[in-house]
Amino acid sequence: MKTISLKDAVALIPDAASLMIGGFMAVGTPERVVDELVRQGKRNLTVIANDTAMPGRGIGKLVSAGLISRTIASHIGLNPETQQQMINGKMAVELVPQGTLIERIRAGGFGLGGILTPTGVGTVVEEGKQRLEVDGKSYLLETALRADFALVHAFLADYLGNLSYALTARNFNPVIAMAADTVVVTADHIVPVGVIAPDHVVTPAPVVDYLVANE
Amino acid sequence: MDAQTVIAKRIAQELRSGMLVNLGIGIPTLVANHVPEGVGVFFQSENGLIGTGPIPEEGMAHPTLTDAAGHPVSALPGASTFDSATSFGLIRGGHLDMTVLGGLQVDAKGRLANWMIPGKMVPGMGGAMDLVSGAKRVVVAMQHTAKGRPKIVKECSLPLTSLRQVDLVVTELAVIAFPGNRATLLETAPGVTAKDVVASTEAELVVPDHVPEMSL
Repeated sequence: MKTISLKDAVALIPDAASLMIGGFMAVGTPERVVDELVRQGKRNLTVIANDTAMPGRGIGKLVSAGLISRTIASHIGLNPETQQQMINGKMAVELVPQGTLIERIRAGGFGLGGILTPTGVGTVVEEGKQRLEVDGKSYLLETALRADFALVHAFLADYLGNLSYALTARNFNPVIAMAADTVVVTADHIVPVGVIAPDHVVTPAPVVDYLVANE
Repeated sequence: MDAQTVIAKRIAQELRSGMLVNLGIGIPTLVANHVPEGVGVFFQSENGLIGTGPIPEEGMAHPTLTDAAGHPVSALPGASTFDSATSFGLIRGGHLDMTVLGGLQVDAKGRLANWMIPGKMVPGMGGAMDLVSGAKRVVVAMQHTAKGRPKIVKECSLPLTSLRQVDLVVTELAVIAFPGNRATLLETAPGVTAKDVVASTEAELVVPDHVPEMSL
């Protein structure tokens, strides 16, 4: 794990990179990283996240700046700009049931090729997918998802990169932290090693590549 | 009593102590305001919280304690928080006793469409497909008609949320269930006759000889 400035962390991300971004309606999204992505004007990004928040917050800022060419999300209903860009063909959007999306990411980070879920059987979600019967029940084969970068926001990070999360800001964060080639973390508080008790560490330090210095 | 209150109050009677319950946005959220006295349930927010409490007093909100719409909530004693994989493990894994969801259409066999209107509204399914597939009991809270058009229809024209049959539909006019795969009138709202309900329903409705009135 390396500590890094915000500017240098975002400079690591090339145009056309795929990004998993933590947060649920912008709660638990690394806002500083999002702001810096906009400032550096990264283009043609693929974003994998629960939702695209709303204009002016979290991933909504990337949408407004026109930086995203492809989104994989479960819900875009509270961001009219995402819907508009989808309709006029500026952004490709793949909508995935929320429980399936998080399991596809988990599979990507846990060394699995995919998962079997009953969710979506017999609906439009099934189109183009394999249906399998296990013990008489029908499941869809949903393949694993990985990304070039995971942009994670934690509540506490210690100097080694152990992470804990706050309340509903946890959501996708610890799962995406397992599923990307490079894991970049911001935290509300960066604290000495030992402040987070071993039992309270949610994301273990070895999966974190970069911890963004606080200002 | 307005339509939404009738629906929410009636659904609240389905709650039992100790249940884990997920409420969707819109009318379902109102169910939390009518939990019968002496009944203690756990409400889940799928963004990662069990023990969701009421909107906090002014100045007491926390930016990282929110419901699935991103609005501030409180957490009751005994609350717990977890990641999204655990949240949907609870939903799909047989741990969620009841989900209450809004509906756009329900067909004669009790199948729900509630996540998109092609060409008009494509918000994404969010957690709806997992909730309907996974909850032990699925209750739909919706107005009986939309702009005068029945929402309980022969066949859904909108994309289905799940093939799974819902357990109960509660509207401002009626309570409907689907025993034997047939839409059946269980109760009518105060002042509403079975005939009124049939007139506002497109699906063929089984009407028993005696249909009790909702007790609110």
